[in-house]
Amino acid sequence: MFAKGTKRKFSDPGEEPALGAELGPVVRPLSSTYSLQRQSLLDMSLIKLQLCHMLVEPNLCRSVLIANTVRQIQEEMTQDGTWQIMTQALAAAQCPADRLVATEVLCRPSEALAAAQSPKPLPAGPEEEEEEEEEEVVVAAAMEEDVDSEANPLSSSSFLPAPFGAEPGWEDEEDDSEDEDSEECPSDAEDVPDSRRGDQVFGTFEIKHPAPPPDPALEELFSDVDPSYYDLDTVLTGMQSTPKMGPYDLLDSLSPHAAPALSTGTSCRSDLNELDHIMEIIVGS
Amino acid sequence: MQNKTSDIISTVEFNHTGELLATGDKGGRVVIFQQEIENKNLPQFRSEYNVYSTFQSHEPEFDYLKSLEIEEKINKIRWLPQKNAAQFLLSTNDKTIKLWKISERDKRPEGYNLKEEDGRYKDPNSITALRVPVLIPMDLMVEASPRRVFSNAHTYHINSISVNSDNETYLSADDLRINLWNLEITDRSFNIVDIKPTNMEELTEVITAAEFHPLHCNTLVYSSSKGTIRLCDMRESALCDKHSKLFEEPEDPSNRSFFSEIISSISDVKFSHNGRYMMTRDYLSVKVWDLNMENRPVETYQVHEYLRSKLCSLYENDCIFDKFECCWNGNDSVVMTGSYNNFFRMFERSQRRDVTLEASRENSKPLQVLKPRKVCAGGKRKKDEISVDSLDFNKKILHTAWHPQENIIAVATTNNLYIFQDKVN
Repeated sequence: MFAKGTKRKFSDPGEEPALGAELGPVVRPLSSTYSLQRQSLLDMSLIKLQLCHMLVEPNLCRSVLIANTVRQIQEEMTQDGTWQIMTQALAAAQCPADRLVATEVLCRPSEALAAAQSPKPLPAGPEEEEEEEEEEVVVAAAMEEDVDSEANPLSSSSFLPAPFGAEPGWEDEEDDSEDEDSEECPSDAEDVPDSRRGDQVFGTFEIKHPAPPPDPALEELFSDVDPSYYDLDTVLTGMQSTPKMGPYDLLDSLSPHAAPALSTGTSCRSDLNELDHIMEIIVGS
Repeated sequence: MQNKTSDIISTVEFNHTGELLATGDKGGRVVIFQQEIENKNLPQFRSEYNVYSTFQSHEPEFDYLKSLEIEEKINKIRWLPQKNAAQFLLSTNDKTIKLWKISERDKRPEGYNLKEEDGRYKDPNSITALRVPVLIPMDLMVEASPRRVFSNAHTYHINSISVNSDNETYLSADDLRINLWNLEITDRSFNIVDIKPTNMEELTEVITAAEFHPLHCNTLVYSSSKGTIRLCDMRESALCDKHSKLFEEPEDPSNRSFFSEIISSISDVKFSHNGRYMMTRDYLSVKVWDLNMENRPVETYQVHEYLRSKLCSLYENDCIFDKFECCWNGNDSVVMTGSYNNFFRMFERSQRRDVTLEASRENSKPLQVLKPRKVCAGGKRKKDEISVDSLDFNKKILHTAWHPQENIIAVATTNNLYIFQDKVN
């Protein structure tokens, strides 16, 4: 079932199950309502964690409680098999390389970023800046995830970057999702980690070593206050630039994508929409 | 009933006699009210609390190293027992504790030999006689002066302070550590509890409140965000990381949800005056624990159980993180705590009676007896009942206090302080 305005290059409906099969184990049937609500809760929790960082030091108790909630959801989704599918879908749905050349400058590993820059205030900046940073985060996360998925797809150390990165995508409108790229992406997923293409695109971006590093976002959330808030500010600045979303109205809406759309450029939008679209298929709305 | 308007009130505390009531607010100010006691023996006497002293306790600060502001909001005030004519209290914001001396001056000296009335020095050659200055009455002046500043001991935000029964030491607790101070010494404190993990990624639990036992100076308790309370004995070791007792109620599996942990987080812990019990407040209930029984509370009171089905919305609007306080009355027979819609609840322990009252100017006039309120959880709403959906979650009563001897209570809504007392016949 596709939203209005969808363009398909390959109109073979048989492609869908194949897509599902490529990405991992079949999802055990779950109550659709429950899983959508759980997904909303996860999204909401991640937004809350991001918005923790303001001018005043964040409330540690609140952050810990929200992070624990996210972990609980992740554990349950891992048991259901939903988690693996979601993270693999994100890895597969990478944006094609040529669209990302412009963002090369911003693509640096999070530690380098933290060390190099002083904390940026919440930018009220232009949309292009936001769009680029979102792109960077999505791809960076997808890149990390791809490498990590071989080693340990369910490791908690890798879970946060992916959802953080995927945030913009899920909040986007689902209307004009194009799925022409969905055909290309699975093949990209295989190429990028080990090809020079990745290097070309990302320049100084270093693909993480196989052993997953301690979850950078979570670690920095909780590391000792002195240096950590600097790091966290910079790491999350890209995400903070996401315009504040209205709260999800869980009780009224069953759709996890009810939040208003981001004002992103069209090139980014189509990629994020397609992410959305894939998730829709996988989650089985 | 009387009410005063101020900035957002962040703490309320009676002193040990109940004659003074201190409030702290978000702007770093402390306002102290004094009970009018002159006509106490008259039958129609009503205690009035009038402003006694106002001072700026804490100022906003900026931590340049972290590029973060340090709020001046007063998190807690605790009075010291009175030792002489002056009163002392501890007030704290997120990072710094201050000891304030509040003293009265109602006399001034007059008739100096060497000074004029206005303070100018006289020409010594003009002095021909000798006289003794006398003290003459003057209008009461209340002065507050900072006597000690206890700073730089907390990396995280201070949530509690508690004066020890030895009257020499006090504790201050932040999210991960508890420090012990001597009231006289500001450049040193001892760390007695430290739950910070070596690897911060492993952090899953924080300290939410701490208090010294009212009678045993070696005993303290601290509560956590996972709904546990640990009792520590300082005689056992210097670092009280190993608790003497762990109080925890097993979770009810039928109520399990993604919000279970959040609502089990304890927002306040208070010993009873007699030191035999302690009370904890979590999001939906108040629990009374016997210090000799660790595996479950002896009493549980539901504050607003009708919110259990609304937890998702309350998580969304952050209300689920509201930290309600609780308090005992003077003889430990009644406990009180706040709720939403400017409601507060009192639970009479032995008779198992409870009442919901409202602190609002619209719904009650001064000197009028408060009408009990009822919230309709579902089904047909009776007359005078309020439905859950029409509750105002911005009107929350987080801070309440009970006079240590009389039936006088102080209830803080967002901007106002209400003082209620037993009706006088």
